[in-house]
Amino acid sequence: MRLRGPLPSVLASAGLAIALWQAVVLLAAPPAYILPGPWDVAETLWMARGQIAHHSVYTMAEVLLGLTLGAILGALSAIGLAASPLAQVLLRPMMVFSQAIPVFVLAPILTLWMGYGIWPKVVMALLIIYFPVTSAFFDALMRPPGAWLDLARVMGATRARIMWHIRIPAALPGLASGLRLAAVYAPIGVIISEWVGASRGLGYLILLALGRVKVDLMFATTLALAVFTLLTYALVDRICRRWLDAPSGPA
Amino acid sequence: MSAPALHVSGTARIGAEHVFGPLTLDAAGGAWTCLLGPSGVGKTTLLRLIAGLDDVTGFAGTITASDGLPLQGRLALMAQSDLLMPWLDVVDNALLGARLRGNRPDRDRAREVLERVGLGDHLHKRPGQLSGGQRQRVALARTLMEDRAIVLLDEPFSALDARTRSQMQDLACELLAGRTVLMVTHDPAEAARLGDAILVMSPDRLDPVAPPPGPAPRAVDDNATLRAQAALLTRLREEA
Repeated sequence: MRLRGPLPSVLASAGLAIALWQAVVLLAAPPAYILPGPWDVAETLWMARGQIAHHSVYTMAEVLLGLTLGAILGALSAIGLAASPLAQVLLRPMMVFSQAIPVFVLAPILTLWMGYGIWPKVVMALLIIYFPVTSAFFDALMRPPGAWLDLARVMGATRARIMWHIRIPAALPGLASGLRLAAVYAPIGVIISEWVGASRGLGYLILLALGRVKVDLMFATTLALAVFTLLTYALVDRICRRWLDAPSGPA
Repeated sequence: MSAPALHVSGTARIGAEHVFGPLTLDAAGGAWTCLLGPSGVGKTTLLRLIAGLDDVTGFAGTITASDGLPLQGRLALMAQSDLLMPWLDVVDNALLGARLRGNRPDRDRAREVLERVGLGDHLHKRPGQLSGGQRQRVALARTLMEDRAIVLLDEPFSALDARTRSQMQDLACELLAGRTVLMVTHDPAEAARLGDAILVMSPDRLDPVAPPPGPAPRAVDDNATLRAQAALLTRLREEA
């Protein structure tokens, strides 16, 4: 059988996963409050679509805000670090050390400081993606082809103009790989923060459903979250392809 | 424009390790000087020292222009790799120097220069859409846009096929006329075609070799040029 494009593969894979799930439910026959079957979950997904959509809006807004702010802050930090050897000496160890703190432990502190609104979630997403974005972009900024820099020196370029006209454009593919990672990490930060304290959002809905032993709703919400994460990744990937990835052809 | 002569005299070392010299190089003003020698003899190091790019090699000696003015800001460099920015089109690549210095980019002049190197139909293509020879033409246009009295060429045509290379040699010779050109090459044929003066470099000295008669670029099938090429190759083989 010849398959064209990714869609048949995705559908076949999803079909297999659902079949396995259904087989477990049939063979092990767990109670519905432990593992609901795919049909139950699908039904709940449909029945609770208004509720899930309502909470999704907040989660998506938090993810996209966190991604945007984290990308901007991470990119600016990388440029600042790359431009200033002093900043590298002072800040790089601090940044690496900060990565030794599991970001999740900050979620309660952020909730304490900023309350139950969207901001602790946005900041959490920002924090969790800040390092991958900064690090990927910084590494790329530090590796421009030396011959380009030689040419620029002979041309009488200033450091700032070399940064703007050569190092930054040459490093954009590095920024893109950082952003692709960020697209997957950002929802994790938002959900953690919603668990710690929220009155809206998919993370909140999952905990709410657990409290009421609505396991089918937990599963349905989780599915919705997975779909949104994929959509976020697809969006970021599109932006990266359009604006940041290496232009066609060899350098 | 009366281009100054270039004078280099001294010894280069990296730490305690001897690289080349003591030697003296004189490149006459407004003429094309070819620096020929086997790989690893220090030709490129010498060129990079003149360009002020070598921060590793210690050079004890002097690098001066005959008019007594500093070299900085009066040099242009063209290397084996075209060094085009893949995200800029042909015109913007030719204007790179102006951009990097914060000058107003003169797009009309860039178009004119690109026309002269035969790229009039490709002004808005990206480097990835051009052939190797076309890319090196853009690099030549970028070098011409710099409009510097002294031009340093580091094997700029060695990655091109034979036909394209000979065409680029003709073009560069025509367009760089009047400037002081110092070209590093390992190709005796190139030195014989283009050199107003030919210097053969070995680790401890620079020997001038008489170029073939007639103005450069000499015809690829000119007998005297071919004999000079053969003599240069024989000499390089004996050096090794």
